[in-house]
Amino acid sequence: MSIYSEIILDHYQSPKNFGRVKNYTHLVQVANPLCGDRLEMTAKLKDNKIVDIKFQGVGCAISIASASMLTSFVLKKDLSLLKKIDKNFIIKMLKVDLGVNRVKCALLPLEALKKLFINEK
Amino acid sequence: MNFQDFKKDFPIFKNQPHLVYLDSTATSLKPRSVIEKLVEYYSSYSANIFRGVYKISEKATQEYEKTREVVAEFINARPEEVVFTRNTTESINLLAYALGRKIIEKGDEIVTTIMEHHSNFVPWQVLAQETGALLKIIDINQDGYLNIQNSKVKNQKVSLKNIITKKTKILTLTYVSNVLGVVNPIKEIVKEARKINPKIIVIVDAAQAAPHKKIDLFDLNVDFLAFSSHKMLGPTGVGVLWGRKKLLDEIFPFLYGGEMIEEVYLDKSFFKKPPHKFEAGTPSIGEVIAFKEAVKYLKNIGMENIASYEKKLVSYLLERLTLEFPEIKIVGPQDVNNRGGLVAFSFSKYHPHDVASILDEKNIAVRAGHHCAMPLHHRLNLEATVRVSFYLYNDENDIDQLISGLKEVKKILG
Repeated sequence: MSIYSEIILDHYQSPKNFGRVKNYTHLVQVANPLCGDRLEMTAKLKDNKIVDIKFQGVGCAISIASASMLTSFVLKKDLSLLKKIDKNFIIKMLKVDLGVNRVKCALLPLEALKKLFINEK
Repeated sequence: MNFQDFKKDFPIFKNQPHLVYLDSTATSLKPRSVIEKLVEYYSSYSANIFRGVYKISEKATQEYEKTREVVAEFINARPEEVVFTRNTTESINLLAYALGRKIIEKGDEIVTTIMEHHSNFVPWQVLAQETGALLKIIDINQDGYLNIQNSKVKNQKVSLKNIITKKTKILTLTYVSNVLGVVNPIKEIVKEARKINPKIIVIVDAAQAAPHKKIDLFDLNVDFLAFSSHKMLGPTGVGVLWGRKKLLDEIFPFLYGGEMIEEVYLDKSFFKKPPHKFEAGTPSIGEVIAFKEAVKYLKNIGMENIASYEKKLVSYLLERLTLEFPEIKIVGPQDVNNRGGLVAFSFSKYHPHDVASILDEKNIAVRAGHHCAMPLHHRLNLEATVRVSFYLYNDENDIDQLISGLKEVKKILG
């Protein structure tokens, strides 16, 4: 089965939450130098709730789709939910069988999300 | 010569009948004769070499040393100047230790180029940092040629005289770039470099040259040259370092231990003469033995025939890419006469990994990434490229499949 499923292509071609949050409270930049992917994630946190979250950068279809789906999932959710999000969550969310090499692309947005709320702006 | 027939010599095509293998620059496929020779060693005389006084050890030693002779003849050198390592990377690291730490001092210069594979860049960068030497880097021009006056480029202002000085102890450069595909005019550069500094030591990374074109060391007039067996139909785990006898005598050993020792006392040790001085520990015996079958296979076809056949494939690929994909940007020279058998490119806004993944779904194996040449990709302002590379078992049908695969990429990614 192709990893370029309809849902992945949809998110890749018109990513949700693309851009930068106005008046963000948190910002993080991560990169995967091996494939040249760079991702910035910004969010606005209020009373431990993610009231807004966006991402921008360059990446492959898998990493863009993963960022789009992941930000959509956590938007408007409580910060405590983040504990439950791990590698397996991402794999289930994408619903495709990524090989060992491509799974790294899908995990870059997760790395960003995990680092995002460590430091306040 | 009918190159179509060569696929039959490579058992992988029987086991993977749909494979379109376009990544020989990373590693080549192996012909039956090489595989059979490996099996012969492991099943008939799999003893250690040099030490045994029994028959199968003598047979193994004889087969191992025979490869040295075959390789020496292949590059027009003497057997005692051929050192077996694990790969090109190890050959160059050996030089950075054994030669670099012998001759490089604070204030000396090491010259390399922006198009090097990391294996011919990082060892020298680290050596320069450790010793306080200066690492100078020859740039490329917009067509992917070295940015110094040479017969391949017109109106070039920078000359080697602006870079190499009397303080330059080492010039190390690649023969064929693994990304640009450009063939550097080594002979011409060496001649010019020696005019500026007669004492300069010239090292050539021939990892992408030895598999595809004739190497004549007598003609090139370099001091060291490195390449790998696995990129030229041979087994993995075998590299070659050729060096001038006098220099091999003078430089430090690399690894210390078994096989490279003459005598050991409590206060000092004496080492064997080259090449064994540099071959500590049990080497990849079976792999070295089988490597000569790869060299014989190549010799049988003829390196000139291989080079001209690959040139035909590259011409055909460039023609189709240019005609059918205006959004594809090819890196490196346009002139196929100055190229080896590989083509790297960027494809519109598509990420190279997506391109390679979609092609893989059609059993087409290409490479995506920076190909261990990050400084070059930064110079080209590209994060990564897709690379297609050929060898004697490829044909126009492989290219046709690649072209339809690339059309599919466009369709899928939009």
